[in-house]
Amino acid sequence: MSSIKMRANTEGEITTVKALISHPMETGLRKDKAGMVIPADFIQEISCLHNGVVVLAAQWGGAISKNPYLSFRFKGGKAGDTLELSWKDNTGKSDSAEAEIK
Amino acid sequence: MEEVRIMSIKRRIMLKGTLAAGAIGIAAGAGLLAPRAVLAAWSADAFNATNVDAALKGLLGSDSLEESDKIRIKAPDIAENGAVVPVTVSAELDDVDSISIIADKNTNPLTASFVLGPGTDAYIATRIKMGKTANVIAVVKAGGKLYTASKEVKVTIGGCGG
Repeated sequence: MSSIKMRANTEGEITTVKALISHPMETGLRKDKAGMVIPADFIQEISCLHNGVVVLAAQWGGAISKNPYLSFRFKGGKAGDTLELSWKDNTGKSDSAEAEIK
Repeated sequence: MEEVRIMSIKRRIMLKGTLAAGAIGIAAGAGLLAPRAVLAAWSADAFNATNVDAALKGLLGSDSLEESDKIRIKAPDIAENGAVVPVTVSAELDDVDSISIIADKNTNPLTASFVLGPGTDAYIATRIKMGKTANVIAVVKAGGKLYTASKEVKVTIGGCGG
């Protein structure tokens, strides 16, 4: 199952995108009960394409909350267009998902 | 800490429910088509920096900021759970290139930087972790200049402890 849940709605000329990603977002600064450092595991790069064109590209640190939430808005989207969201974390894992604008 | 964990699980279940109920256009299976080329290289210098100035220099090449009342930060006055602090940054500036969000008392102050496409509004909403009471600082790059605004968030349970 995809780690990404995304939906996008267009009202007038503004498309609002909301996305939720399942990810531990472990900073690498925390210790477990035995005092061992919990290794860093967080999303570093994330991007969103609208019909293949970048509408948002972000860099994240470990201080984005676990199971990250992201919302943004852009002009030029219309119902039926495709959005693709991708992420890559510091351990090399990555995922991407597509959603149709409603 | 236990309480924090339970709260976050509850919230997750709630969000899951909301999204499932919406069941809107979740296209799966795009898995292996990640367009790596468009992802900006992660700025290790900036994210590993332990103070705000070094983070800004690493990320944007400059730490000279101009206060702006055209940047709005929406964040709670008091965050009960520092692990999940909702933050919304918007700006009424022209030609906004990027929005960066900083929590100045975190071990690594820079939390995220968003580069906007040409048609993208200067509006970002996300959730960040805050180790303790601190200023949430937004840095907006617009027309080649850096503008800033900040808002204090009091944290009652830190989000970066173990």
